[in-house]
Amino acid sequence: MPRLLPYLLLLPATAFLCLFFLFPFVQVAHDSVMRNGAYTLENFTRMAGHWKFSTAFWNTMLLAAVVVPIQLAMALTMASIVTKLQRGRSTILYIFAIPLGISDLAAGLVWLAIFEQSGFLNSLLVGLGVIDQPILLLGYQNTWIIFIAIVLAEVWRATAIMMVILVAGMGLIPKEYREAADVFGASRWQKFRRVTLPMLRPSLQTALILRVILAFEVFAVVVALGGTQLPVLMSETYHWQFAMQERGVAAAFAMVILGVSVAFTILILRLLHVPKGARV
Amino acid sequence: MSAPSVRRAGDRVFVAGVALLILWVLLPIWLLFVNALSAPAEVTAFPKRFIPSFDLASLSFFFGFSGVLDALWNSVRVAAVTMILSIGVGAPAGYALSRFDFPGKEAFRFLVVMTRAFPLPLLALPLAVMFIRTGLDDTILGLALVHTTLALPFAVLITYSLFSGIPLELEEAAWTLGCNRVQAFIKVILPLAAPGIAASAVFAFVISWNEVFAAAVLTVENRTLTAFLLQSLDVSPLPLKFAGGAALVLPALFFIFAVRKYLFAMWGIANR
Amino acid sequence: MAVIEIKQVAKSFGSFTALHSVDMTIADQEFMVLLGASGCGKTTLLRIIAGLETPTTGEVWIGGRRVDHLPPRERGIAMVFQNYAVFPHLTVFENIAFGLRMKKMDQAEVTRRVTRTAELMHIGQLLKRYSGELSGGQRQRVAVARALAMEPDVILMDEPLSNLDALLRLEMRAELKGVLAESKTTTIYVTHDQVEAMSLADRISVMNGGRIVQAANPVEVYRNPAARFVGSFIGNPPMNFLTAAPAGVGKWQVAGQVFDGPAAAAAEFAIRPEDLHPAEHGLPAEVRVVEPLGPHTLITASVAGQPFRAILESNLLPSPGDILHLAPVPDRIRWFDPDTQSAL
Repeated sequence: MPRLLPYLLLLPATAFLCLFFLFPFVQVAHDSVMRNGAYTLENFTRMAGHWKFSTAFWNTMLLAAVVVPIQLAMALTMASIVTKLQRGRSTILYIFAIPLGISDLAAGLVWLAIFEQSGFLNSLLVGLGVIDQPILLLGYQNTWIIFIAIVLAEVWRATAIMMVILVAGMGLIPKEYREAADVFGASRWQKFRRVTLPMLRPSLQTALILRVILAFEVFAVVVALGGTQLPVLMSETYHWQFAMQERGVAAAFAMVILGVSVAFTILILRLLHVPKGARV
Repeated sequence: MSAPSVRRAGDRVFVAGVALLILWVLLPIWLLFVNALSAPAEVTAFPKRFIPSFDLASLSFFFGFSGVLDALWNSVRVAAVTMILSIGVGAPAGYALSRFDFPGKEAFRFLVVMTRAFPLPLLALPLAVMFIRTGLDDTILGLALVHTTLALPFAVLITYSLFSGIPLELEEAAWTLGCNRVQAFIKVILPLAAPGIAASAVFAFVISWNEVFAAAVLTVENRTLTAFLLQSLDVSPLPLKFAGGAALVLPALFFIFAVRKYLFAMWGIANR
Repeated sequence: MAVIEIKQVAKSFGSFTALHSVDMTIADQEFMVLLGASGCGKTTLLRIIAGLETPTTGEVWIGGRRVDHLPPRERGIAMVFQNYAVFPHLTVFENIAFGLRMKKMDQAEVTRRVTRTAELMHIGQLLKRYSGELSGGQRQRVAVARALAMEPDVILMDEPLSNLDALLRLEMRAELKGVLAESKTTTIYVTHDQVEAMSLADRISVMNGGRIVQAANPVEVYRNPAARFVGSFIGNPPMNFLTAAPAGVGKWQVAGQVFDGPAAAAAEFAIRPEDLHPAEHGLPAEVRVVEPLGPHTLITASVAGQPFRAILESNLLPSPGDILHLAPVPDRIRWFDPDTQSAL
């Protein structure tokens, strides 16, 4: 009985993950190569042949490429600040962590309030005399402004999760190491670069993987701010599933998102590999 | 410049940086609430005031809009079921991981950690079909099951860290003092882990409350608030959107406040 | 009223054998100390007796009852843990009452027993406090009181003093000895501290590599180690060992000196550092380090190229490089078999 106990306790979770995680992914892979009851690559050729596909793909990649580095830099800054703080630490932590609880849709709406035509940005610009008339910021003529708005919303919303992981990671680094570096004459920047950053690798790994995958999943923010004017992979998946009722093609999109996610996970694991003996 | 004044200048830059970051986080939320707490005419007017008029017309328009209250209630129910399922299924697994060494333990942990490398909302696509077959389509439970898949890995890892933080000796002491396993768990482990378990339950609730894609894919009649807002984005007037956004954000503020003490403990171990 | 019998108990974790077939009997009301370095299997043995670990093979009997398949709560034992395991969510009172409540004892009896054991451990004034408000020493007292309140047949203690600072340890040691003698329980006490073992034990079981090497009263263990390991583990500094060459039947030559010894094929000479005194003829020791310690002087030297320590009177202060002639007290010389490592 005692030997069976752990398995008994794990059984519900394992069954759940098999049924609602492993199985659906096999299913979606299967759906992506199935059309009218026969195995085929037609779903993929239809997907790739559609004029919006490459736009959606490169928009997603470009968003991730712009958003993630900014978030990494900001999260590191915020985490360093929080770690350094003596007074007001918990309040500032709470404020920094607030976006963690805000959904991507809500974040999209928050930034819509700023960027829409009668919104706060236009009000500010007119008030400052930069422009005479409010302009349509999120229009099809200015997809680059839509892009910037999405970047801002994503950075605003999802930096908190990286920050929290990094704060937790910094908490695990004994301060003796930094003090030792102090004794050996390291400057503030050198301490950060030579001591904190290398020891933070496991946390950086987790934070980056989580963030990069979430970046490929960007959806509601894009829809809220750009409607259909800036297609990304997730919004196209949604579009094919619902508007076009083409489940096979939607599955093919899913496989593309899955493919880049797994590829980047492996890449990050490789790049930030920490040998077992070298962990804190 | 002398050394202390350099340091003072550095401190000033530091304080300014902190203030700027706080502003960066809070200002957008403030602006959303300005819109939500202004009359619809003010929301679409130009130029905008940066202070709300505390006119509740937008909010009452939003809550009076057909389908909103149902969607809100659906969101709460889905999130509540998700919370119960993910803790009910996740906490035993977390306990097993923290207390036992057994063959297959690493395989299970790998399964849990692997969920991170996958874009989970996509699960909604194949599950939509499976749910139609089993009659779970467009139900609270069906969506809650998908949301539980999102929340379960967190629940497992968080409870794992919680239970690991309670010394085994306490449990053993209870055994030697006359408890069986279940009694020891109820009398010793549960009281100590309860606040943390509550925090991870809240976390599961938030995950479900905020989820958009799966909710939009899996619900048609019984939309959650996020699904409702998403599907009416291109047709609904601005005041409705902003009031809806505020309705999504406000609970989040309280949730994060409620779990603030545990955020870091959660993520610290979730790293491993 | 409980005799504890361990019969051929063995325990392995995967390919690692923590205990090799241990046999041991502990008499009723005896204070038995399991002594050894970390990893010797002493804690594993204690946990098997407690029921926190199941033996791979063998039997455990407590008070004439076979218990090795019973859970801890049915064994009539109480245990004091190394980190005290005082429940942080309960007051001191409720901690001590915990086991009594599990036995569904009525409130009056619970209060009586808690108050009595708390008084006994001098924590009567702390009953309303929580663990977080107590010092290490006070937590230790709560843990002991909690075990005593159960009025168990057997008390098991796993390094209970190792987390206390030196002065407190000394104080608690004496107190524990008194309280436990009073309680008339059988006690098994695990420690790596030989002084603690010597001072507390009726009998010491010295363990090494998952085996009991010697089980005897403290003086016997000190004076007549059953194996070379016991001599080298107990005593500070430990026993000196020197190689010996045969010089006729029952005669052995050690560092140029001839001693009477056992009639054996090979032997190793052993003497405790305090059983030496300077003499005209003795083992020639080249002094390396001199440490005046107050009551006596500790000399680290080399005899025939082998390390050698001696404790001498404090008025004797040689310098490094000096040659001392140290004569062993004849009836304190011990001999060991270099192959089997056991006493000859």
